[in-house]
Amino acid sequence: MARVVFDNASRIFPGSTKPAVDALNLDIPDGEFLVLVGPSGCGKSTSLRMLAGLEDIDGGRILIGDRDVTHVAPKERDIAMVFQNYALYPHMTVRENMGFALKLAKIPKEEIKRRVDEAAQILDLTEYLERKPKALSGGQRQRVAMGRAIVREPQVFLMDEPLSNLDAKLRVQTRTQIAQLQHRLGTTTVYVTHDQTEAMTMGDRVAVLKDGLLQQVDTPRNLYDHPDNVFVAGFIGSPAMNLIEVPLIAEGVRLGTADVSVPREVLSAAASKGLKSVIFGFRPEDTTLGEGGVPITVDAVESTGSDAYVYGHVDIPGGTQHEVVIRADGRIPPRAGDTISAVITEDHMHLFDPSSEQRVEA
Amino acid sequence: MSAETVVHEVSVGEASGKKVRRRDQRSPLASFALHFGLFIALIWSLVPPIWALLTSLKPNDRAITTQLVVFDNPSMDNYKFVLTQTDLPTWFLNSVIVAAFTMLIGLFLSATAGYAVSRFRFPGHKQLMWSFLVTQMFPMAILIVPIYNIFARLGLLNSLAGLVIAYCTTAVPFCAWMLKGYFDTIPIEIDEAGRIDGLTPFGTFWRLVMPLARPGLAVTAFYTFLTAWGEVAYATAFLTSDAKKTLAVGLQSFVGQFKTEWGYLTAAGILVTIPAVIVFLLVQRNLVAGLTAGGTKG
Repeated sequence: MARVVFDNASRIFPGSTKPAVDALNLDIPDGEFLVLVGPSGCGKSTSLRMLAGLEDIDGGRILIGDRDVTHVAPKERDIAMVFQNYALYPHMTVRENMGFALKLAKIPKEEIKRRVDEAAQILDLTEYLERKPKALSGGQRQRVAMGRAIVREPQVFLMDEPLSNLDAKLRVQTRTQIAQLQHRLGTTTVYVTHDQTEAMTMGDRVAVLKDGLLQQVDTPRNLYDHPDNVFVAGFIGSPAMNLIEVPLIAEGVRLGTADVSVPREVLSAAASKGLKSVIFGFRPEDTTLGEGGVPITVDAVESTGSDAYVYGHVDIPGGTQHEVVIRADGRIPPRAGDTISAVITEDHMHLFDPSSEQRVEA
Repeated sequence: MSAETVVHEVSVGEASGKKVRRRDQRSPLASFALHFGLFIALIWSLVPPIWALLTSLKPNDRAITTQLVVFDNPSMDNYKFVLTQTDLPTWFLNSVIVAAFTMLIGLFLSATAGYAVSRFRFPGHKQLMWSFLVTQMFPMAILIVPIYNIFARLGLLNSLAGLVIAYCTTAVPFCAWMLKGYFDTIPIEIDEAGRIDGLTPFGTFWRLVMPLARPGLAVTAFYTFLTAWGEVAYATAFLTSDAKKTLAVGLQSFVGQFKTEWGYLTAAGILVTIPAVIVFLLVQRNLVAGLTAGGTKG
């Protein structure tokens, strides 16, 4: 049980001038499930490895439970890590794998046995305890890796894309199990993933990284509803938010041939910054089909059963087009070639400054 | 595609009169060529040791004749002679000591060095790798004089310890290079998991990597053993007294200026192979594939 703090922590790989992680600041309270998410190469795994002690820290500090662990060896940090490829010890049985850390810590044999049995019970591994990892399925290996972490009863769990090697169905199942387990144990957890669905469903809070820089850290809900910048807006949500640079007009913005009215407070905020145009964002589901909206020519329709995603474009006077995606009723979807009129919900419009790409806040 | 062609054969008693060859079947000609080739290779490799064995059983004066005689009054006299009347037991012991220590020290040094270059980045990493490779390129003979001079100053001439050191200088770079390649195949996440679980760097090496590198270590052990066991040039140059000679040097005393004692030589030769065979049998159990299977996925 511990709070974890990244205090301006940086990592510059040898031979590189650009930091892989650039002055990361994160304060993770005791018991929180924090997800680090971002595209590949954004520094999320490096951040986690810095916390684990597997990566040197070139600047700043890292604290675990108010103890400065910046230059402390991994084994002294009281953490447990679940690796993407599980990294089980192939020459040991499941029981030995799970009890290895305890054995090294010179914990009495009976105590090890009790804790391993208990973890095996939780993870449904009891009948596999005497097997070698080779004789287990992918899902079982993943659970052994989890088990190895929980028997430690560490201060912090670190998980590096632990689900990415599982098939889609098992991944969804395990996702829920991990979240429940973490909730039950109440252990501070830092979880790395590139999958924004995992991030949104599992995290108490989600930290979005890009190019080694922290973009935003917030609850999944806030991240979705109030993205701080264009990157977060585009990264979180699937299909992605529509982001179009449009000119500002008196009542709102001009999207193609249509005028879209924008809440007054946001508009005046944009005007006070002296902006002539903004990046206008709206999510596919924040639209309704109806009169007086933005005319969209339908190019293709993807039906998922319950919903239909309409891939279309808005014609801009002057001959250019903007691609847009909107959600429609899956039972009566428009057809390719149709022109539809989409009304964008005023409460869920997002405006960003085109030069700084930061959110224009009312 | 040749594998898909239909082969017409003159087959007696088959209604269809032709067979379709499966993908994994050889044509009769290919099969004959393969087996004939293997047979030649077998004869080629088996005849010399068998001949040596047969000769060692013959009376000494009958070893060389103009007739091909397979068995000629077989007896163990040659063995009795070399084991009781010569210094062979001493040389044998010397060789075992030298080979065993070369194997143990060489294995330890090359495994630790190979692990270091496989896992750690340190100043001089690249240079060390290069030096492992470049030192392989000098023939052993070139090193005899410099090593002799160095050993003379250090008082290591005519000592078994000196010989072990000399053998390690040639075996360790090669073995370190070889083991580095093997360690590279062991996922580094296993090391990292060990470090987080509480192992020191040496603990990681000893308790996780060594058990998983058994096949590589077995090959290295056998190689270092053989390096020392059969070596002649260094042993001849550095050892002077009869009591310190190794087998390879000692056996030369059976070759006189005018006469070679073939009976003794072959009997000793057969005895010499025994420890090598034992070492091989001991290590070959570890030559198994797939030790790291299951540890990681992907």
